[in-house]
Amino acid sequence: MSIAAALSTEASAGPVGGPTHEPPERKARLGAYLLLAPGMVYLVVFFVLPIFALLATSLYVKAPGAELGAYEPALRWQNYVEALGSYYPELLRSFGYALVATVAALVIGYPMAYVIAVRSRGRPLLQGLLLVLVIAPFFTSFILRTIAWKQILGDEAWVVAAMKFLGILPPDGRLTATAFAVVCGLTYNFLPFMVLPIYANLERMDTRLVEAGGDLYANGPTTFARITLPLSMPGIVAGTLLTFIPASGDYVNSSLLGNNATTMIGQAIDRRFLVTLDYPTAASLSAILMIIILALVMVYVRRAGTEELL
Amino acid sequence: MSAHGAGAGPDESGADLVLERVTKEFAAFTAVDDLSLTVPQGSFFALLGPSGCGKTTTLRMVAGLESPTSGTIYIDGKDVTDTKPYGRPVNTVFQSYALFPHLSVLENVAFGLRRKKVAEPREKAKEFLELVELAHLAERRPAQLSGGQQQRVALARALVNNPAVLLLDEPLGALDLKLRRQMQVELKRIQTEVGLTFVHVTHDQEEAMTMADTVAVMNAGRIEQMGPPAELYELPRTAFVANFLGQSNLLPGAVVEQGEILGVDIGGARVRLPASRAVSREGTVLVGVRPEKLHLLGPGAQPEPGWNVLPEAVLTDVSFTGVSTQFHAEVPGLGTLAVFEQNSSGARAASPGDRVRLAWDPAYTFGLDGDDDADDGRDGDA
Repeated sequence: MSIAAALSTEASAGPVGGPTHEPPERKARLGAYLLLAPGMVYLVVFFVLPIFALLATSLYVKAPGAELGAYEPALRWQNYVEALGSYYPELLRSFGYALVATVAALVIGYPMAYVIAVRSRGRPLLQGLLLVLVIAPFFTSFILRTIAWKQILGDEAWVVAAMKFLGILPPDGRLTATAFAVVCGLTYNFLPFMVLPIYANLERMDTRLVEAGGDLYANGPTTFARITLPLSMPGIVAGTLLTFIPASGDYVNSSLLGNNATTMIGQAIDRRFLVTLDYPTAASLSAILMIIILALVMVYVRRAGTEELL
Repeated sequence: MSAHGAGAGPDESGADLVLERVTKEFAAFTAVDDLSLTVPQGSFFALLGPSGCGKTTTLRMVAGLESPTSGTIYIDGKDVTDTKPYGRPVNTVFQSYALFPHLSVLENVAFGLRRKKVAEPREKAKEFLELVELAHLAERRPAQLSGGQQQRVALARALVNNPAVLLLDEPLGALDLKLRRQMQVELKRIQTEVGLTFVHVTHDQEEAMTMADTVAVMNAGRIEQMGPPAELYELPRTAFVANFLGQSNLLPGAVVEQGEILGVDIGGARVRLPASRAVSREGTVLVGVRPEKLHLLGPGAQPEPGWNVLPEAVLTDVSFTGVSTQFHAEVPGLGTLAVFEQNSSGARAASPGDRVRLAWDPAYTFGLDGDDDADDGRDGDA
């Protein structure tokens, strides 16, 4: 939609009339399409077509007497009912973990973004350094970083000792292979995706509005609640979406840091696809996950009043 | 001072805003240098000066957005130097307006009222939107308004809180000339209507003179001169004020005769300067006279008795500006002088190359310190 808008303004901005061979507005439009072409082709080949293949597979049936992993095209909607019936706990758990991780990332990430974008304003060196620190984890492998959490939360590590000392954890308690560890991993791995959009938003915020708040009898917390926070909503929405969506489909954290009772939907899909070769169930689970996420995002963005993001 | 009589009902006893020896230093730069001033309640006070003179810093210190390095600020007799902005009975109309983009026009205006828990904030806000004639746009977002409308929203948002002092930071700077003139009149009307103390920061001398009861001309962190606009204009005390406020012809000379009326020798010509209008009464001085006070005398024309007359000059430039004609006259030994003549019925044509004499009534002469730089405060493009 925004591309169409850009195209139309592009077209109307061009000089009108004139005895040229080709109207300039058509030339501009052609140029825009040419620029879009590589991305469009790539997405059609590697995203749109596979999605249709996936949706088709989700309705396949096992051929009578066929070997393992062989299916034939059909329209078996029952696949969805069965998939939901057997995997709704994993689905609920995934969204639950993703929600907790997203909230945790927001609580940790917003102050970080605020300090980098607002408090360090006018000190580009410090800002650059802090931003590098936010992105630094990406320099090492995702898997490696997740495995590191096993060590951090291990029975011999100081975290467990400290928590036992403070009485947060019972003397025989452990952190490895728990839901807590999974949520910790999710929060940690997706934190930069929360910080960066909020940073980008706050970076553009006019601090004179904060001064105006103070001038109009709002103290620090009130100014934050009434001005800074509402103005940073687009950043918060973008950050929470970028955290929540991949976190709810994630299977690495729950595989490496969880146990059998913390299975997330990503793991279930992974197992159905690659272990039991049950393609229709895996595909219908993927479709269900996608539809639920889409629905949640729609509702969320509407409620947050930031439709302009879509 | 009789300056602040313009309908606002000033109260000399209730001096509202007082700055006492206020200094503000930024790193190695002194923005405001030992500044003291008193703004009487109900007056329209203008801080006038070029950019970087410290006027905005002064305003921000009154608002509480900067804290002075030293000195004290009183509002209504109370020391507010260390009071947070939200604790001061002061509201600001920001240069950028700083309207909250996520709130409607009405909610912008109601913002301060809600914070102060005033009853019926929306009704009161609406009332002030009516004052600035924008009630019909109450539900719009600021981005949907024109610059002039946003400016009036900013004004309403500040006024509605009935502050002890209303601060205006170059509020008309972003508007085009016609709208600016219109808003000057409107601001003055509103100030008279609500009777609040207005402190207005501007670099536009015409704006300051049009609206303010008292103008303080600032330069390099200090107040050069303060007083009613007419007084500042007719009797500037420094070369900076003489040049920044309107135009002046400043001629270096030496006092050669003492008395009620000083006799000054400028480039061989003897001119009279009332001692009461001179900053220094001996040694070298700058003799000043405004361009519109000068008269062009053609060949054979006689000056009024007692007038100051300069040696014969040559017109180098004549430009017709509608209501008046501006001349440049080259006086041997004194340089180029500016002359404005009204295009009233008696005006006669003059063209470059004409030989004329310049004369004026000594009562309009002013004398400045000879150490002043005659070009101080003169902006090149004026």
